[in-house]
Amino acid sequence: MRKLLSMAAAAVLSFGVVGAEAADKLKVGFIYVGPIGDYGWSYQHNQGRLAIEAAFGDKVETVYIESVSEGPDAERAIERLARDGAGLIYSTSFGFMNPTLKVAKKFPDVKFEHSTGYKRAANVSTYSARFYEGRYVIGQIAARMSKTGTAGYIGSFPIPEVIRGINAFMLGAQSVDPDFKVKIVWANSWYDPGKEADAAKALLDQGVDVLAQHTDSPAPLQVAEERGAIGFGQASDMIKFAPKGQLTAIVDDWSVYYVNRTKAVLDGTWESTDTWGGLDAEMVLMAPFTNMPEDVANAAKETVEKIRSGKLHPFTGPIYKQDGELAVADGILLDDQAMLGMNWYVKGIDDQLPQ
Amino acid sequence: MGGYESILLTVITAATPLLLAAIGELVVERSGVLNLGVEGMMIVGAVLGFAGAQATGSAYIGALCALGAGMGLALLFGFLTLHLVANQVATGLALTLLGLGLAGMIGEAFVGQPGIRLERLHIPGLSTLPFIGPVLFGQDLLVYLSLALVAGVSFVLFRTRAGLIIRAVGDNHGSAHALGVSVIRVRYLAVLFGGACAGLAGGYLSLAYTPQWVEGMTAGRGWIALALVVFSTWRPLRLLAGAYLFGAVGILQFHAQAHGVAIPSQFLTALPYLATIIVLVMISRNRVLTRINTPACLGQPFVPDR
Repeated sequence: MRKLLSMAAAAVLSFGVVGAEAADKLKVGFIYVGPIGDYGWSYQHNQGRLAIEAAFGDKVETVYIESVSEGPDAERAIERLARDGAGLIYSTSFGFMNPTLKVAKKFPDVKFEHSTGYKRAANVSTYSARFYEGRYVIGQIAARMSKTGTAGYIGSFPIPEVIRGINAFMLGAQSVDPDFKVKIVWANSWYDPGKEADAAKALLDQGVDVLAQHTDSPAPLQVAEERGAIGFGQASDMIKFAPKGQLTAIVDDWSVYYVNRTKAVLDGTWESTDTWGGLDAEMVLMAPFTNMPEDVANAAKETVEKIRSGKLHPFTGPIYKQDGELAVADGILLDDQAMLGMNWYVKGIDDQLPQ
Repeated sequence: MGGYESILLTVITAATPLLLAAIGELVVERSGVLNLGVEGMMIVGAVLGFAGAQATGSAYIGALCALGAGMGLALLFGFLTLHLVANQVATGLALTLLGLGLAGMIGEAFVGQPGIRLERLHIPGLSTLPFIGPVLFGQDLLVYLSLALVAGVSFVLFRTRAGLIIRAVGDNHGSAHALGVSVIRVRYLAVLFGGACAGLAGGYLSLAYTPQWVEGMTAGRGWIALALVVFSTWRPLRLLAGAYLFGAVGILQFHAQAHGVAIPSQFLTALPYLATIIVLVMISRNRVLTRINTPACLGQPFVPDR
C-alpha cells in the first residue's frame, strides 16, 4: 500500500518539474529515490546539487524530482528531465540503473551519471563511494572506546554494501582488539526512525556500549545519547542529535565529484567512466572526532591519513571467513569485483548471515 | 536498569503511538465511518507537533498542536464525506496522500534539527522504586493518556447513553435517524475525536519516541493502527492487548536477533504482521463474534432525507 501511495505521490510530484529553458545554461537534472528531507541518502545527494549551484552560479540551472520509486516511474521521470532539456542527469539510486540506460539510448547527447550501478554506456558514467574505508576507521575507534568489548550494529538489509561495511568495521576493531565482538540486528528497512530506535534500545539492553548503524535516521544515535552510550553518525554529521554521544560520522559527500563532473560537461571534456572514490577522493569524509580522548582521535586521524595515501587498505590479507577458510591470502588486496559481491562475514563475527 | 524492565519500557514506547491512533479510529468506525486517512493525520500531527514545540520551547504545546493538526484534517474529511457524501475509502486515501505531501512541505525547515523531548514523569519516591517505579510512574503524559483513553472509550461506548447513540448510528443509521438522533453530528464528533487521537499519535513520534522530524517518519504506523481496529473486533480492551502484543513482538524480535537466535531476521520482522493475519482469520471464522461487533453501517454514506 505504501509503495502504491509513494508511486502516486511521485506521479503528482513529477508534474511539478517544469522549468523554462535558458539558451546558454547547462541544465542539470537529479532523480532522488527518497524525499530530500530524509536527512540521509537523498538529502546528501541534494547537498551535492546545491554545491553545483554554488560553484557555477548562473552558468547552470538545476532541477530535481524526489521520491521517485525504483520501477517504471523512474524511466518516465528520467525521460521527462531529458525532454525538458537537461544536458546532464544524475540518477542517484541503484534501482535506476536500467531505466537510466534505456533513456540514455534515446538521448545520445545527454550525459548521464548513475550512482552505485555497474552498467555503463558511451553517455552513461557510474560512480560510488568507498564507505567501507570510513567503517574501518570507526571500527578502530569503537574497539578503543568500548568498555564491554562489544559493539552493536544496526543493519538495513543483508546486501553486499552493508556486509562489506560490517566486515570493514570488524577488521578495524580487530586491528585494535582481536577479541572484539559485535552484535548485529537487521531492521529490514533503510529508514524507519521508530524501528531504528527500538533496535538501538534492544542492543543497549543487551550490554553493548557502542552503536554503529547502516540505516539512515539519527534515531539510534539519539537513543545512545539518552542512555549515556556512544555511537557514530551515518551519511550526515549528526552531532546536533548527540552532542555527547557522537564520536564521528561517515559523511557521504558528493559535492566534489558533482562539481568536477559538471565542470567536465561545461568544458566539453566529459567521458564515460567508472568512479569508486573513498577518503582520498573526498567522496567519503569523517566528521570531527569528538567525545574521545586525544590519543584515540589521533590514532583515528592517522588511520584516515594512511588510507587516504594508500598505505593502508582495509581488506588486505590475511583475511579469514567466519568458518576459518582463508578468503584473502597474506599481503594480497581484495579486488573490487570480490568486494562488490561480498556475501560472507569475516572471522570473529558471531552471527549468522541471513540468506 | 534490569533487562526485563527496560524491555517493558521499550514495548510501552512502541505500543503507545499505535494505541493512540487506533483508539480514535475505533470510535470513528463504531459510528459507521471508515477513515483510511489515519497515516496522513498522524504525519501532519508529527510535523506540526514538532514545529509547535520548536516555536514555543514546550513539548506540551507541541502535543496540543499535533492534536489540532489531526483534528483539522479530520474536519476536512468530515466535510467531504459527511456533508458532500464523498466516497469514504477514496477520501481517506486522498487524505493520507495530502497529509504526507503537506507534512513534507511544512517540515522542510525542520530536517536535521534535534527536537524537544516530552519529559517523563518523575514522582519523588515512586518513580525510583525498583522495577515498577520507572514502568508505572516514570512514563510521559501521553502514555497515561493513551491508557486513560482506552478505559474512557470502553466506558463511554458500553456504559453510557452517548455510547449507545454512537453504536446505534454505526449499526443502523436509518433507525437512529428515525429516533431523532442527528446522525451527521454524531459522526462529525466521532471523526474529530479520531483526528485528535491520530494527531497525538503523530506528535508522540516526533516528541517522545524519536524527538526529530524526518519525512515519512510514521513509516506505515497509521495502517497498522487501522489493522489493529479490525484485529480488536472493535473492542477497546482487545485493542489495548493488540497494540501491546504488536509492540512486544516488534521489540522482542530485535532481542532475539541480538541474542543470535538462528531464525531469519526477515521472518522475525514479518512476525507482527503474520500475527495480525492469523488473528484476522480466526475472528472472521467466528461468525457470531464478527456479527455482534462489526458496525453494520461501516463505510456507508448517510443522507438524512432519504
